[in-house]
Amino acid sequence: MSAADLAGRPGLLARLTPGPAVRRLLRNRAFVAGLLLFGTVAILALLAPWISPTDPNRMAVRFRFREPSWDFPFGTDNLGRNMVSRVLWGGRLSLEIGLWVVMLNAVFGVVLGAAAGYFRRLDGPLMRIADALMAFPAVLLAIGIAAALGPSVATVVIALSVVYVPRTARVLRASVMVVREQDYVQAARAAGAGDGRILFRHILPNCMAPLIVQLSFVFAYAILSEAVLSFLGLGAAPTTPSWGILIAEGRSYIREAAWLTVVPGVAIATTVLGLNLLGDGLRDVLDPRLKVDA
Amino acid sequence: MTPPLLSAPLLSAPLLSVRDLTVTFRAEGRTQAAVDRVGFDVAAGEVLGIVGESGSGKSVTALAVMGLLPANGRVASGEILFEGTDLLRLPARKMRDLRGRRIGMIFQEPMTSLNPVFTIGDQIVETIVHHERLGRRAARERAVDMLARVGIPSARRRLDDYPHQMSGGMRQRVMIAMALACSPRLLLADEPTTALDVTIQAQLLDLLNDLRREFGMAVVVITHNMGVIAEFADRVAVFYAGRVAEEAPVEPLFDRPAHPYTRGLLASTPRLDADAERLVTIPGAMPNIAAPPPGCRFAPRCGVKVEACEADRPPLVAVGDGHRAACIRAGEAAA
Repeated sequence: MSAADLAGRPGLLARLTPGPAVRRLLRNRAFVAGLLLFGTVAILALLAPWISPTDPNRMAVRFRFREPSWDFPFGTDNLGRNMVSRVLWGGRLSLEIGLWVVMLNAVFGVVLGAAAGYFRRLDGPLMRIADALMAFPAVLLAIGIAAALGPSVATVVIALSVVYVPRTARVLRASVMVVREQDYVQAARAAGAGDGRILFRHILPNCMAPLIVQLSFVFAYAILSEAVLSFLGLGAAPTTPSWGILIAEGRSYIREAAWLTVVPGVAIATTVLGLNLLGDGLRDVLDPRLKVDA
Repeated sequence: MTPPLLSAPLLSAPLLSVRDLTVTFRAEGRTQAAVDRVGFDVAAGEVLGIVGESGSGKSVTALAVMGLLPANGRVASGEILFEGTDLLRLPARKMRDLRGRRIGMIFQEPMTSLNPVFTIGDQIVETIVHHERLGRRAARERAVDMLARVGIPSARRRLDDYPHQMSGGMRQRVMIAMALACSPRLLLADEPTTALDVTIQAQLLDLLNDLRREFGMAVVVITHNMGVIAEFADRVAVFYAGRVAEEAPVEPLFDRPAHPYTRGLLASTPRLDADAERLVTIPGAMPNIAAPPPGCRFAPRCGVKVEACEADRPPLVAVGDGHRAACIRAGEAAA
């Protein structure tokens, strides 16, 4: 459908004004709290190039190991680098990795999940592969893949995607299997719709709620797992500070300069908490089982 | 309703001719026939009513005609001729093209038969655009026209409503508008009014009746409600346990039912004019299709059975003009 088509379509405005779902979301405390927490972190990370007091890698040896103070709210590290800048820039990288994992999950999780849920012949093979991947503990699998590929940002993204795509695919498969049996899908078939139209127009749009919820949790797990991989030295090169790398670097000085690990740790915890609250709120509002009216 | 001219539609080839249709289902490793060598004809413009209890195979027959049997069901034998072509031999692509364009279908549950995430206008337009070379704007105009024709007030405004903004009766009207948007020759209506309350049922039947005249289409209406049959159908096929028990024009069927099952069915329908204390019921239950009784499937519940009933499947025998019954004693009963 072309853009002109879309614009000329009446009802578009009605679609963009907040519907009952959005209003219900804004009344959900968990969602609003999560949105505030995660939103704050995301905006700060986004604005890092403009609000960082210094370059995150600028060293100043005479300011080594400064405790948090008015001048250095989050202190400085062993090379005198300003932790405010490093945490802000680190957030950029962590969120970027999380976002990539979410996007790859959205694409591959949806494609594989929809294929498995809709085409019965593909269900067995695809889900056995998913089972095999899910039989490994998530972090262990990620470590294995990251170790095989060598440390880099791309490695982390790939490793985490391999870990989480099967889970997303499973969620989507389950929803597709439920929606596939709905009367309106049968009605669409009776109106002459083929597999493609059925899947993309009638089934997938009705699977969005669980997908969105799942992706919000994947985002949180990806940020956590990225920290673990980086902490273990399998993440991005140490010059680019992600939160996991900051914690790894601070570990050696945890007795003398605890702020080096506490600050990025709190950043991770805030983000993950925010995303989880967000996901809980989304699930409460969007989960069809709780939809009594409508 | 005046009795239809029976001979006229029978002269030309029927629009739909189902012959010897057997549909089997695989469940827990066993194959069982939900529909067993069923046959009937539908002439152009005619309304055929199919009555029967749940599990008698009436819905399965409709789904077989649409080519929409569930994954574990398949047509084991028979022919489904629509306008002379056997639908069972049609490639999937051609069959898809036929659905919604030449054959429309409406379902029992108006509350769940519309996609909740799109406006009703989108859904009608989608069907039209899919089948005809028509721009979206023209398709929208057609959709407005269709909604108006099925009696939806301020159709243009309702076009952008979502299904949840409409009542069950209104949604069923939308389903009808969608099914008729491409002027099909045949409409399959599977329990179209069962889920609606009684006043709405009557309105919808009137509507369907007007529309089928207007569009000159044939209708197969599937129901367990004799009232719907009496009001709407020209001819009736009574299904029992996957077989046709009796087939007749409406009036002879109600006046002179030839099959004991049909008689039981009619006797168990409540009547306002009769002063009955309790309803008559047919003793027993429909046989398990996985292990049907030999011979006549109604025999175990039949009050007039003789020994021969349990031996062979009774053939459909003519007992009147266009009136056939699968009962070896049909001749005596009708006389």
